[in-house]
Amino acid sequence: MHDHHESFWTKYIFSQDHKVIAIQYTITALLVGLFGLVLSWLLRVQLGFPGKFSFLNPGSYYQMLTQHGMIMIVYLLTAILLGGFGNYLIPLMIGARDMAFPFLNMLSYWVYLLSVLVLMAAFLVPGGPTGAGWTLYPPLSALPNAAPGSGWGIKLMLISLVIFIAAATMGGLNYVTTVLQCRTKGMTLMRMPLSVWGIFIASVMALFAFPALFVGGVMLLFDNLLGTSFFIPAVTLFGQQLPREGGNPLLFQHLFWYFGHPEVYIVILPAMGIASELIATHSRKPIFGYKAMVVALAAIAIIGFLVWAHHMFVSGMNPYFGFFFAVSTLIIAIPSAVKVYNWLLTLWRGNIRFNTPMLFGIGWISTFIIGGLTGLPLGNVIADVPLHDTYFVVGHFHLVMGVAALMAIFGGIYHWFPKITGRMFNERLGKLHFLVTFVGAYMIFFPMFLLGILGVPRRYFDFEALQYLPPQTHGLNIVITVAALIVGAAQLLFLGNLIWSAVRGPRAAANPWHATTLEWQTPTTPPPHGNWGAETPTVYRWAYDYSVPGAERDFIPQNVPLTPTVPMGVSAR
Amino acid sequence: MIANHGSNGYRESLTTPGRVGLWLFLAVATMLFAAFISAYIVRMGSSDWHSLPKPGLLWVNTAILLLSSAALQWARLNERQGNSQSARLGVIAAAVLSALFLLGQIWAWLVLHRLGYFLNTNPSSSFFYLLTAVHGLHLAGGLIVAAWTVRTRERLQLFVTYWHFLTIVWVVLFALIVLT
Amino acid sequence: MGEESIGMSMVTFGVLVAIVVGALALIASGIWWFTPLASNWSEIDGALLITLAVIGIAFVTLNLALAYLVLRYRHSEGTRAQFIPDNPKIEKILIGVTALGIIILLAPGLFAYSRFISPPRDAMVVEVLGEQWRWSYRYPGPDGKLGRATPKLISSKNHFGIDLTDPAAHDDILSYTELHLPVNRPVVLHIRSKDVIHSFFIPSFRAKMDAVPGMVTHYWFIPTREGRFQAVCAELCGIGHHKMQSPVIVESLEKFQEWLAKQPTVAATVKP
Repeated sequence: MHDHHESFWTKYIFSQDHKVIAIQYTITALLVGLFGLVLSWLLRVQLGFPGKFSFLNPGSYYQMLTQHGMIMIVYLLTAILLGGFGNYLIPLMIGARDMAFPFLNMLSYWVYLLSVLVLMAAFLVPGGPTGAGWTLYPPLSALPNAAPGSGWGIKLMLISLVIFIAAATMGGLNYVTTVLQCRTKGMTLMRMPLSVWGIFIASVMALFAFPALFVGGVMLLFDNLLGTSFFIPAVTLFGQQLPREGGNPLLFQHLFWYFGHPEVYIVILPAMGIASELIATHSRKPIFGYKAMVVALAAIAIIGFLVWAHHMFVSGMNPYFGFFFAVSTLIIAIPSAVKVYNWLLTLWRGNIRFNTPMLFGIGWISTFIIGGLTGLPLGNVIADVPLHDTYFVVGHFHLVMGVAALMAIFGGIYHWFPKITGRMFNERLGKLHFLVTFVGAYMIFFPMFLLGILGVPRRYFDFEALQYLPPQTHGLNIVITVAALIVGAAQLLFLGNLIWSAVRGPRAAANPWHATTLEWQTPTTPPPHGNWGAETPTVYRWAYDYSVPGAERDFIPQNVPLTPTVPMGVSAR
Repeated sequence: MIANHGSNGYRESLTTPGRVGLWLFLAVATMLFAAFISAYIVRMGSSDWHSLPKPGLLWVNTAILLLSSAALQWARLNERQGNSQSARLGVIAAAVLSALFLLGQIWAWLVLHRLGYFLNTNPSSSFFYLLTAVHGLHLAGGLIVAAWTVRTRERLQLFVTYWHFLTIVWVVLFALIVLT
Repeated sequence: MGEESIGMSMVTFGVLVAIVVGALALIASGIWWFTPLASNWSEIDGALLITLAVIGIAFVTLNLALAYLVLRYRHSEGTRAQFIPDNPKIEKILIGVTALGIIILLAPGLFAYSRFISPPRDAMVVEVLGEQWRWSYRYPGPDGKLGRATPKLISSKNHFGIDLTDPAAHDDILSYTELHLPVNRPVVLHIRSKDVIHSFFIPSFRAKMDAVPGMVTHYWFIPTREGRFQAVCAELCGIGHHKMQSPVIVESLEKFQEWLAKQPTVAATVKP
């Protein structure tokens, strides 16, 4: 297949192997995420113990807040789920040798890395990174000196985003084309594992959502750098009339959220797919309602493009839009709820193994429930009026797209670790990591709902000016901060476990979880460049033949032909 | 290089990854220009919008771009019939015409600049510079990638499809600019 | 494996139950709950409470179901999971229940919203102007009409950008520090911003709306209790965001008029 000699450089650095690129994406994203985590520590230290740390001032606070948000949403979650999991899982799970365009795939990683470097460079330039909030609303983000980091910081942020979009587009074209074109014999669409479905649909969404951010970002850069007035009306800043007029700040918000809301699902759909794999495999049961799960993913994606203005209920847009966007937003709750029910029904009458990946799968269900449910008051337009831009929102989106998505990511990394490295991780450390993270996440984010109901606005450096809060409010902030410090530190258990186990862990079997999907059926572990020896596998059955009655073992891999002794669990698929 | 095709058990397919990838990219680019156009239309509603003078040169540029598309179509037909000599001629003609179009667009910028319409004069001029630049970059990028990669018949066909797409996009943008 | 399954299954069960109990206890303590309402918007509280009740029931039910499932169906040697790929009947019932829950919380919400966006005709108009990092206010004066204002006229002598050629502007009354309102009278706020986006939020009244430069946004309410309240900024607006606040004083009509009479008028203070 490829008997030419591979040098160190082409094998590990400029590799076109989807698995190496996946690992590169994952490590880079985890490092950036670690940085984002440290930023959140500093934010929490300020809120829990205001005035105790002199290096924290409002300017640096808002800069760290902005960078934390952008880093976590775009450079960690999007990158690791599509670039990391998407790259590793798609070809292996559909029985392909690699992505459809391996060179473009490699380029995608290097362009992503460039976007990260530009992002980080903002910390070194005069004025520092932008502090205009991750939503980058103009005029705050566009005017000189209106926000911290309004010089080089905001420009580097926008340039980095534009570069990231280029990387994400290259990746997205690859993932979608690979799923459509490179499936092995017998791998029909409705036999694909839900992980592939989630990543596939999220990639389609990314392709259609990112252009709106690109357009908004470029126009904002023009406003910032070249004095245009796309988004800036006549304003007076610090007593000075600026030579701008007529621009429309809401136009940017529409462009931003036309991207921004689908972005939530770009993160959540792959996580849903990964969680489905964890839950089905480790409860030894077929995922309940596979077809409904696929339809729900597609429904969430389609409706997900029709709800963006629920972020703008009190933005000053035409108030009658509120009716439409409230209804469309709450309709999304139905496919989301179907997914939750089906995960629970997958556990029902199962044979649940309590290993680390499964614990994170259970953690995913619980945090997705609370995170998803708390979206309903925010989507119910009138209830959003008091809650908008309060800590209720902070608690909601952190639980649903932060904690829940990370539950799926952690679970997924533990689950596929034996395949990726050929070694087992330490179960005890994994379980400890889960318990601290899961319980800690509730302690951090649940009290925020109460802060939001009290009317505490988000993005506040301190709450000293607020006179309507009961004195016990600060107690909640101390609890949150202490929990955040502990949960953050617990992530070292995860990193340490991975690093140590990758080098020293006991050798793993080829299919340690007794899973049905193709990636566990490779002839060698870890799979080499090209994945499948001489022949790619042929698929005979759907992805979830677990505990089929009459079968000898409690799982039948997808590439096992149908015979009387190995019957098919589900016909007609 | 790992081949994803051939005798290793892939499903029979009516199309190729290259074609699927290109059409996906065209969908992405359509989204991009659609977002620009909707921003244009929204911004146009503000009272400070002034109509822009339209240099007659733009009509010439449009004609040149249409000709380049026609030349490529001619090349594609010839390639299909095996006249690689004529096909090559068509591609070269299209490349020259495209370069002319790009120069013409830059010239149009200079004309507007001389008339006192700068990037930040009015949203109409801001959009003009921005949209022509984005379209021009897609065109120039296409030329550069093509110079590197168009070696096979399939790739030539994909390139021609891409070019027709950019011509259509320009006609739409041009109509928008002329009508407002 | 088997024994460890029992241990972790119990631990997970315990943790899930503890989370549900802890969450309910935190709410039941009543310490961290709504600021007492001081406006007519009990409908907002009502819609929000119905929504919170529906999602609260769902949260408790689903998490307890999860806790039960992980306890009941833990792995044991010699047993096998049941092969249940789907069950359209259960799915349909669950979809029906979910849709019902959504209708229950959405319907009152939409009714309340339609009232929130339709201010009564006789409402008193007050202009709110946001800037980095304070709020100021303009009252229409005896003629009941706010004079024209435009951002281009804003200067150090003309804080609001008032157009002095508009006769309706001359009797307008300005307050640079406090918002005073008469109790039990509907008020509609006309909200503007001089520089970046702010958001005018009075937690005790439950209402909030962004102040966007280049636009005038609105909301209305009826203050129902006399007292001293607070307006804050709810949209990130720069390094002073967390300090951008203003007193809101609701008082009897007489006291309000007494206060208003002492404030400067446009005619007396604004120069072109």
